Amino acid sequence: MSTPDQWPLWEVFVRSKNGLSHKHSGSLHAPDAEMALKNARDVYTRRSEGTSIWVVPSSAIVASAPDEKEVLFAPSDDKVYRHPTFYEIPDEVGHM
Amino acid sequence: MAPTVDLEARFLAYVAAENKVEPKHWMPDAYRKTLVRQISQHAHSEVVGMLPEANWITRAPSLRAKLILLAKVQDEGGHGLYLYSAAETLGTSRDQMIDDLLAGKAKYSSIFNYPTLTWADMGAVGWLVDGAAIQNQVMLCRTSYGPYSRAMVRICKEESFHQRQGYEIMMHLARGTQEQKAMAQDALNRWWWPSLMMFGPSDDQSPNSAQSMAWRIKRKSNDDLRQEFIDKTVPQAEFIGLSIPDPDLKWNEERGHYDFGAIDWSEFFAVVAGNGPCNTERLEARRKAHAEGAWVREAASAYAAKQSARRPAAGLPAKPHAA
Ligand SMILES: [Fe+2]
Ligand SMILES: [Fe+2]
Repeated sequence: MSTPDQWPLWEVFVRSKNGLSHKHSGSLHAPDAEMALKNARDVYTRRSEGTSIWVVPSSAIVASAPDEKEVLFAPSDDKVYRHPTFYEIPDEVGHM
Repeated sequence: MAPTVDLEARFLAYVAAENKVEPKHWMPDAYRKTLVRQISQHAHSEVVGMLPEANWITRAPSLRAKLILLAKVQDEGGHGLYLYSAAETLGTSRDQMIDDLLAGKAKYSSIFNYPTLTWADMGAVGWLVDGAAIQNQVMLCRTSYGPYSRAMVRICKEESFHQRQGYEIMMHLARGTQEQKAMAQDALNRWWWPSLMMFGPSDDQSPNSAQSMAWRIKRKSNDDLRQEFIDKTVPQAEFIGLSIPDPDLKWNEERGHYDFGAIDWSEFFAVVAGNGPCNTERLEARRKAHAEGAWVREAASAYAAKQSARRPAAGLPAKPHAA
Protein backbone atom coordinates (compact mmCIF):
# COMPACT_ATOMS: atom_id res chain seq x y z
CA MET A 1 0.00 0.00 0.00
CA SER A 2 2.16 2.87 -1.18
CA THR A 3 0.29 5.87 0.21
CA PRO A 4 1.39 9.17 -1.29
CA ASP A 5 2.20 11.95 1.15
CA GLN A 6 -1.03 13.15 2.68
CA TRP A 7 -2.93 15.40 0.31
CA PRO A 8 -3.22 19.06 1.31
CA LEU A 9 -6.18 20.18 3.35
CA TRP A 10 -8.76 22.54 1.84
CA GLU A 11 -11.37 24.63 3.61
CA VAL A 12 -14.76 24.61 1.92
CA PHE A 13 -17.06 27.65 1.77
CA VAL A 14 -20.57 27.39 0.36
CA ARG A 15 -22.95 30.15 -0.74
CA SER A 16 -26.50 29.14 0.11
CA LYS A 17 -29.39 29.63 -2.26
CA ASN A 18 -30.60 32.90 -0.77
CA GLY A 19 -27.64 34.92 -1.96
CA LEU A 20 -25.80 35.24 1.34
CA SER A 21 -22.02 35.27 1.69
CA HIS A 22 -20.05 32.08 1.32
CA LYS A 23 -19.96 30.36 4.69
CA HIS A 24 -17.46 27.85 6.05
CA SER A 25 -18.86 24.32 5.74
CA GLY A 26 -15.90 22.13 6.63
CA SER A 27 -12.72 20.80 5.15
CA LEU A 28 -11.36 17.95 3.08
CA HIS A 29 -8.15 16.55 1.61
CA ALA A 30 -7.58 16.64 -2.13
CA PRO A 31 -4.53 16.52 -4.40
CA ASP A 32 -5.45 19.70 -6.26
CA ALA A 33 -8.01 22.50 -6.45
CA GLU A 34 -10.07 20.80 -9.12
CA MET A 35 -10.52 17.61 -7.08
CA ALA A 36 -11.13 19.67 -3.97
CA LEU A 37 -14.05 21.39 -5.72
CA LYS A 38 -15.49 18.11 -6.99
CA ASN A 39 -15.22 16.47 -3.59
CA ALA A 40 -16.67 19.53 -1.86
CA ARG A 41 -19.69 19.31 -4.13
CA ASP A 42 -20.19 15.63 -3.25
CA VAL A 43 -19.63 16.02 0.46
CA TYR A 44 -21.08 19.41 1.35
CA THR A 45 -23.90 20.05 -1.13
CA ARG A 46 -25.85 16.78 -1.35
CA ARG A 47 -29.10 18.47 -0.28
CA SER A 48 -29.12 21.63 -2.38
CA GLU A 49 -27.19 23.52 0.28
CA GLY A 50 -25.52 25.78 -2.20
CA THR A 51 -25.21 27.59 -5.49
CA SER A 52 -21.49 28.29 -5.36
CA ILE A 53 -18.43 26.77 -3.68
CA TRP A 54 -15.02 28.19 -2.75
CA VAL A 55 -12.16 25.92 -1.81
CA VAL A 56 -9.18 27.53 -0.10
CA PRO A 57 -5.95 25.79 0.89
CA SER A 58 -5.97 25.66 4.70
CA SER A 59 -2.34 26.74 4.66
CA ALA A 60 -3.40 30.04 3.06
CA ILE A 61 -5.58 31.04 6.00
CA VAL A 62 -4.10 33.37 8.58
CA ALA A 63 -5.97 33.25 11.89
CA SER A 64 -5.92 35.50 14.91
CA ALA A 65 -4.51 33.92 18.05
CA PRO A 66 -6.90 33.04 20.90
CA ASP A 67 -4.79 34.94 23.45
CA GLU A 68 -5.15 38.12 21.39
CA LYS A 69 -8.91 37.96 21.84
CA GLU A 70 -9.00 40.67 24.51
CA VAL A 71 -6.74 43.05 22.62
CA LEU A 72 -8.60 42.61 19.37
CA PHE A 73 -12.20 42.51 20.40
CA ALA A 74 -12.61 44.04 23.84
CA PRO A 75 -12.23 47.65 22.60
CA SER A 76 -15.54 47.45 20.75
CA ASP A 77 -17.45 46.25 23.82
CA ASP A 78 -17.84 49.74 25.34
CA LYS A 79 -18.88 51.54 22.16
CA VAL A 80 -22.63 51.25 22.52
CA TYR A 81 -23.08 54.44 20.47
CA ARG A 82 -22.27 52.32 17.40
CA HIS A 83 -25.66 50.65 17.77
CA PRO A 84 -28.94 52.23 16.62
CA THR A 85 -30.69 51.46 19.93
CA PHE A 86 -28.34 53.92 21.67
CA TYR A 87 -30.32 56.87 20.26
CA GLU A 88 -33.72 57.95 21.55
CA ILE A 89 -35.91 59.18 18.76
CA PRO A 90 -39.56 60.10 19.56
CA ASP A 91 -42.16 57.64 18.25
CA GLU A 92 -43.85 60.46 16.28
CA VAL A 93 -40.88 60.52 13.92
CA GLY A 94 -41.84 57.06 12.72
CA HIS A 95 -39.59 54.25 11.73
CA MET A 96 -35.97 55.23 11.22
CA MET B 1 3.33 22.30 38.78
CA ALA B 2 1.41 25.34 39.89
CA PRO B 3 0.87 26.91 36.44
CA THR B 4 -0.51 23.62 35.01
CA VAL B 5 -2.94 23.26 37.89
CA ASP B 6 -4.04 26.82 37.26
CA LEU B 7 -4.53 26.18 33.57
CA GLU B 8 -6.48 23.00 34.22
CA ALA B 9 -8.72 24.68 36.77
CA ARG B 10 -9.32 27.55 34.38
CA PHE B 11 -10.08 25.08 31.59
CA LEU B 12 -12.64 23.24 33.73
CA ALA B 13 -14.34 26.50 34.65
CA TYR B 14 -14.32 27.55 31.00
CA VAL B 15 -16.10 24.41 29.77
CA ALA B 16 -18.40 24.36 32.80
CA ALA B 17 -19.60 27.81 31.70
CA GLU B 18 -20.65 26.22 28.37
CA ASN B 19 -17.84 27.80 26.35
CA LYS B 20 -16.52 25.98 23.30
CA VAL B 21 -12.91 24.87 23.05
CA GLU B 22 -11.30 25.60 19.67
CA PRO B 23 -8.22 23.97 18.09
CA LYS B 24 -5.73 26.69 19.07
CA HIS B 25 -6.91 26.96 22.68
CA TRP B 26 -4.91 25.49 25.52
CA MET B 27 -6.37 22.13 26.61
CA PRO B 28 -5.21 19.38 28.97
CA ASP B 29 -3.29 16.60 27.20
CA ALA B 30 -5.74 14.02 28.48
CA TYR B 31 -8.67 16.00 27.04
CA ARG B 32 -6.95 16.06 23.65
CA LYS B 33 -6.16 12.34 23.81
CA THR B 34 -9.68 11.42 24.85
CA LEU B 35 -11.12 13.43 21.98
CA VAL B 36 -8.74 12.00 19.39
CA ARG B 37 -9.69 8.49 20.51
CA GLN B 38 -13.41 9.20 20.63
CA ILE B 39 -13.69 11.18 17.38
CA SER B 40 -11.52 8.78 15.38
CA GLN B 41 -13.50 5.79 16.68
CA HIS B 42 -16.65 7.62 15.73
CA ALA B 43 -15.26 8.29 12.23
CA HIS B 44 -14.25 4.64 11.81
CA SER B 45 -17.77 3.60 12.86
CA GLU B 46 -19.30 5.72 10.10
CA VAL B 47 -16.97 4.20 7.52
CA VAL B 48 -17.20 0.57 8.66
CA GLY B 49 -20.93 1.16 9.13
CA MET B 50 -21.31 1.47 5.37
CA LEU B 51 -20.50 -2.23 4.94
CA PRO B 52 -23.54 -4.00 6.46
CA GLU B 53 -25.86 -1.83 4.36
CA ALA B 54 -23.77 -1.86 1.20
CA ASN B 55 -24.40 -5.61 1.39
CA TRP B 56 -27.99 -4.98 0.24
CA ILE B 57 -27.60 -2.24 -2.38
CA THR B 58 -27.56 -4.60 -5.35
CA ARG B 59 -30.44 -6.61 -3.90
CA ALA B 60 -32.79 -3.81 -2.87
CA PRO B 61 -36.37 -4.82 -3.73
CA SER B 62 -37.15 -1.74 -5.84
CA LEU B 63 -35.43 1.13 -7.60
CA ARG B 64 -36.85 3.50 -4.96
CA ALA B 65 -35.41 1.39 -2.15
CA LYS B 66 -32.07 1.20 -3.92
CA LEU B 67 -31.80 4.97 -4.42
CA ILE B 68 -32.61 5.57 -0.75
CA LEU B 69 -30.09 3.01 0.46
CA LEU B 70 -27.39 4.42 -1.81
CA ALA B 71 -28.05 7.93 -0.50
CA LYS B 72 -27.89 6.74 3.08
CA VAL B 73 -24.63 4.85 2.62
CA GLN B 74 -23.15 7.87 0.85
CA ASP B 75 -24.16 10.05 3.81
CA GLU B 76 -22.31 7.72 6.19
CA GLY B 77 -19.15 8.12 4.09
CA GLY B 78 -19.56 11.89 4.41
CA HIS B 79 -20.02 11.56 8.17
CA GLY B 80 -16.72 9.71 8.34
CA LEU B 81 -15.05 12.57 6.50
CA TYR B 82 -16.51 15.29 8.75
CA LEU B 83 -15.29 13.39 11.79
CA TYR B 84 -11.80 12.64 10.48
CA SER B 85 -11.51 16.38 9.76
CA ALA B 86 -12.60 17.24 13.31
CA ALA B 87 -10.03 14.81 14.75
CA GLU B 88 -7.32 16.29 12.54
CA THR B 89 -7.76 19.68 14.17
CA LEU B 90 -6.32 18.05 17.31
CA GLY B 91 -3.03 17.26 15.63
CA THR B 92 -3.45 13.75 14.28
CA SER B 93 -3.59 12.96 10.55
CA ARG B 94 -6.24 11.13 8.59
CA ASP B 95 -3.63 8.79 7.11
CA GLN B 96 -2.50 7.87 10.62
CA MET B 97 -6.07 7.19 11.75
CA ILE B 98 -6.83 5.06 8.70
CA ASP B 99 -3.57 3.14 9.11
CA ASP B 100 -4.58 2.39 12.71
CA LEU B 101 -7.99 1.16 11.59
CA LEU B 102 -6.56 -1.07 8.88
CA ALA B 103 -3.89 -2.42 11.25
CA GLY B 104 -6.66 -3.47 13.65
CA LYS B 105 -5.37 -1.07 16.32
CA ALA B 106 -8.41 1.21 16.37
CA LYS B 107 -11.91 0.46 17.59
CA TYR B 108 -15.23 1.17 15.94
CA SER B 109 -18.79 0.59 17.12
CA SER B 110 -19.35 -3.12 17.75
CA ILE B 111 -22.81 -2.99 16.23
CA PHE B 112 -21.26 -3.18 12.77
CA ASN B 113 -19.79 -6.60 13.54
CA TYR B 114 -23.25 -8.14 13.22
CA PRO B 115 -24.41 -9.49 9.83
CA THR B 116 -27.33 -8.15 7.78
CA LEU B 117 -29.13 -11.37 6.84
CA THR B 118 -32.38 -10.20 5.22
CA TRP B 119 -33.87 -7.09 3.65
CA ALA B 120 -35.69 -6.45 6.94
CA ASP B 121 -32.29 -5.80 8.48
CA MET B 122 -32.10 -2.62 6.39
CA GLY B 123 -35.24 -1.56 8.22
CA ALA B 124 -34.00 -2.58 11.66
CA VAL B 125 -30.59 -0.97 11.15
CA GLY B 126 -32.07 2.37 10.07
CA TRP B 127 -34.71 2.39 12.77
CA LEU B 128 -32.70 1.04 15.71
CA VAL B 129 -28.99 1.47 14.94
CA ASP B 130 -29.32 4.94 13.42
CA GLY B 131 -31.92 5.70 16.07
CA ALA B 132 -29.50 4.85 18.86
CA ALA B 133 -26.71 6.73 17.09
CA ILE B 134 -28.95 9.81 16.82
CA GLN B 135 -29.71 9.67 20.55
CA ASN B 136 -25.98 9.89 21.22
CA GLN B 137 -25.24 12.40 18.47
CA VAL B 138 -27.93 14.85 19.49
CA MET B 139 -26.22 15.00 22.87
CA LEU B 140 -22.84 15.48 21.18
CA CYS B 141 -24.09 18.56 19.31
CA ARG B 142 -23.49 20.27 22.67
CA THR B 143 -20.06 18.76 23.28
CA SER B 144 -17.38 21.18 24.45
CA TYR B 145 -14.98 20.78 21.51
CA GLY B 146 -16.08 23.20 18.76
CA PRO B 147 -15.10 21.23 15.63
CA TYR B 148 -16.66 18.02 17.00
CA SER B 149 -19.84 19.84 17.93
CA ARG B 150 -20.13 21.45 14.48
CA ALA B 151 -19.59 18.11 12.75
CA MET B 152 -22.36 16.66 14.94
CA VAL B 153 -24.82 19.41 14.03
CA ARG B 154 -24.26 18.69 10.35
CA ILE B 155 -24.53 14.93 10.91
CA CYS B 156 -27.72 15.18 12.94
CA LYS B 157 -29.41 17.14 10.16
CA GLU B 158 -28.66 14.27 7.79
CA GLU B 159 -29.41 11.42 10.18
CA SER B 160 -33.11 11.87 10.68
CA PHE B 161 -33.91 10.59 7.20
CA HIS B 162 -31.86 7.48 7.99
CA GLN B 163 -34.07 6.51 10.87
CA ARG B 164 -37.30 7.36 9.09
CA GLN B 165 -36.46 5.32 6.00
CA GLY B 166 -35.62 2.36 8.24
CA TYR B 167 -38.88 2.62 10.13
CA GLU B 168 -40.75 2.87 6.83
CA ILE B 169 -39.21 -0.42 5.68
CA MET B 170 -40.24 -2.09 8.95
CA MET B 171 -43.73 -0.63 8.71
CA HIS B 172 -44.26 -1.92 5.17
CA LEU B 173 -43.03 -5.38 6.10
CA ALA B 174 -45.06 -5.48 9.31
CA ARG B 175 -48.20 -4.65 7.31
CA GLY B 176 -47.37 -7.10 4.53
CA THR B 177 -47.80 -10.88 4.28
CA GLN B 178 -47.30 -13.25 7.22
CA GLU B 179 -43.81 -14.04 5.94
CA GLN B 180 -42.90 -10.36 5.62
CA LYS B 181 -44.12 -9.61 9.12
CA ALA B 182 -42.14 -12.58 10.45
CA MET B 183 -39.06 -11.28 8.67
CA ALA B 184 -39.47 -7.87 10.32
CA GLN B 185 -39.95 -9.46 13.75
CA ASP B 186 -36.87 -11.63 13.25
CA ALA B 187 -34.78 -8.56 12.39
CA LEU B 188 -36.06 -6.74 15.48
CA ASN B 189 -35.23 -9.80 17.61
CA ARG B 190 -31.66 -9.86 16.37
CA TRP B 191 -30.95 -6.10 16.47
CA TRP B 192 -32.70 -5.06 19.68
CA TRP B 193 -30.11 -6.08 22.27
CA PRO B 194 -27.03 -5.10 20.25
CA SER B 195 -28.68 -1.67 19.72
CA LEU B 196 -29.09 -1.22 23.48
CA MET B 197 -25.41 -2.13 23.91
CA MET B 198 -24.43 0.71 21.56
CA PHE B 199 -24.74 3.13 24.49
CA GLY B 200 -21.91 1.32 26.26
CA PRO B 201 -21.64 -0.33 29.66
CA SER B 202 -23.57 0.93 32.67
CA ASP B 203 -22.28 4.07 34.32
CA ASP B 204 -20.65 2.26 37.24
CA GLN B 205 -18.73 0.15 34.69
CA SER B 206 -17.48 3.08 32.57
CA PRO B 207 -14.46 4.51 34.35
CA ASN B 208 -14.00 7.40 31.88
CA SER B 209 -17.59 8.59 31.93
CA ALA B 210 -17.24 10.94 34.91
CA GLN B 211 -14.16 12.65 33.45
CA SER B 212 -15.85 13.08 30.06
CA MET B 213 -18.85 14.63 31.79
CA ALA B 214 -16.63 17.04 33.73
CA TRP B 215 -14.96 18.09 30.49
CA ARG B 216 -18.43 18.47 28.93
CA ILE B 217 -17.44 16.07 26.14
CA LYS B 218 -20.35 13.87 27.17
CA ARG B 219 -23.52 15.50 28.44
CA LYS B 220 -25.56 12.48 29.52
CA SER B 221 -24.73 9.12 31.03
CA ASN B 222 -24.84 5.86 29.04
CA ASP B 223 -27.74 4.61 31.14
CA ASP B 224 -29.78 7.79 30.69
CA LEU B 225 -29.30 7.72 26.91
CA ARG B 226 -30.25 4.05 26.79
CA GLN B 227 -33.39 4.67 28.83
CA GLU B 228 -34.44 7.57 26.58
CA PHE B 229 -33.95 5.39 23.53
CA ILE B 230 -36.05 2.55 24.97
CA ASP B 231 -38.83 4.91 26.04
CA LYS B 232 -39.02 6.35 22.55
CA THR B 233 -38.72 3.10 20.64
CA VAL B 234 -41.16 0.80 22.45
CA PRO B 235 -44.28 2.73 21.32
CA GLN B 236 -42.91 2.80 17.76
CA ALA B 237 -42.69 -1.02 17.80
CA GLU B 238 -46.19 -1.28 19.23
CA PHE B 239 -47.55 1.01 16.53
CA ILE B 240 -46.53 -1.43 13.80
CA GLY B 241 -47.51 -4.50 15.80
CA LEU B 242 -44.02 -5.85 16.45
CA SER B 243 -42.92 -7.03 19.86
CA ILE B 244 -39.71 -6.15 21.66
CA PRO B 245 -37.82 -9.36 22.51
CA ASP B 246 -37.63 -8.69 26.23
CA PRO B 247 -40.04 -10.54 28.61
CA ASP B 248 -39.10 -8.14 31.44
CA LEU B 249 -40.02 -5.02 29.52
CA LYS B 250 -42.86 -3.12 31.15
CA TRP B 251 -43.97 0.43 31.81
CA ASN B 252 -43.12 1.63 35.31
CA GLU B 253 -45.71 4.20 36.26
CA GLU B 254 -43.73 5.43 39.25
CA ARG B 255 -40.48 6.03 37.36
CA GLY B 256 -42.24 7.23 34.24
CA HIS B 257 -39.98 4.92 32.23
CA TYR B 258 -39.92 1.40 30.87
CA ASP B 259 -38.21 -1.22 33.02
CA PHE B 260 -36.21 -3.65 30.95
CA GLY B 261 -34.34 -6.93 31.28
CA ALA B 262 -30.65 -7.44 32.04
CA ILE B 263 -28.25 -6.85 29.16
CA ASP B 264 -25.82 -9.66 28.40
CA TRP B 265 -22.57 -7.71 28.68
CA SER B 266 -20.45 -10.81 28.12
CA GLU B 267 -21.66 -10.72 24.51
CA PHE B 268 -20.73 -7.04 24.23
CA PHE B 269 -17.21 -7.55 25.58
CA ALA B 270 -16.70 -10.59 23.34
CA VAL B 271 -17.57 -8.56 20.24
CA VAL B 272 -15.39 -5.64 21.37
CA ALA B 273 -12.52 -8.09 21.87
CA GLY B 274 -12.84 -9.13 18.23
CA ASN B 275 -15.02 -12.22 18.53
CA GLY B 276 -18.24 -10.93 16.97
CA PRO B 277 -19.75 -12.62 13.93
CA CYS B 278 -18.19 -10.23 11.37
CA ASN B 279 -15.11 -8.57 12.94
CA THR B 280 -12.65 -10.26 10.56
CA GLU B 281 -14.85 -9.80 7.52
CA ARG B 282 -15.31 -6.06 8.16
CA LEU B 283 -11.60 -5.32 8.49
CA GLU B 284 -10.82 -7.47 5.47
CA ALA B 285 -13.36 -5.51 3.42
CA ARG B 286 -11.82 -2.17 4.49
CA ARG B 287 -8.29 -3.37 3.71
CA LYS B 288 -9.36 -4.66 0.32
CA ALA B 289 -11.12 -1.40 -0.57
CA HIS B 290 -8.11 0.64 0.55
CA ALA B 291 -5.65 -1.52 -1.40
CA GLU B 292 -7.79 -1.57 -4.52
CA GLY B 293 -8.19 2.20 -4.41
CA ALA B 294 -4.43 2.79 -4.21
CA TRP B 295 -4.04 3.29 -7.96
CA VAL B 296 -6.75 5.96 -7.96
CA ARG B 297 -4.99 7.91 -5.19
CA GLU B 298 -1.66 7.54 -6.98
CA ALA B 299 -3.12 8.68 -10.30
CA ALA B 300 -4.74 11.72 -8.65
CA SER B 301 -1.44 12.67 -7.01
CA ALA B 302 0.48 12.21 -10.26
CA TYR B 303 -2.04 14.32 -12.15
CA ALA B 304 -1.89 17.07 -9.51
CA ALA B 305 1.92 17.06 -9.63
CA LYS B 306 1.88 17.36 -13.41
CA GLN B 307 -0.65 20.19 -13.33
CA SER B 308 1.26 22.12 -10.69
CA ALA B 309 4.46 21.82 -12.71
CA ARG B 310 2.60 23.57 -15.52
CA ARG B 311 0.79 26.07 -13.30
CA PRO B 312 3.01 26.73 -10.27
CA ALA B 313 0.20 28.20 -8.14
CA ALA B 314 -2.03 25.12 -8.24
CA GLY B 315 -0.17 22.76 -5.91
CA LEU B 316 -0.01 23.86 -2.29
CA PRO B 317 1.66 22.25 0.68
CA ALA B 318 -0.13 20.38 3.46
CA LYS B 319 -0.60 22.09 6.77
CA PRO B 320 -2.86 21.40 9.73
CA HIS B 321 -6.06 23.39 10.20
CA ALA B 322 -5.42 27.08 10.53
CA ALA B 323 -8.69 28.14 12.05
FE1 LIG C 1 -23.89 8.54 10.27
FE1 LIG D 1 -26.91 7.19 9.69
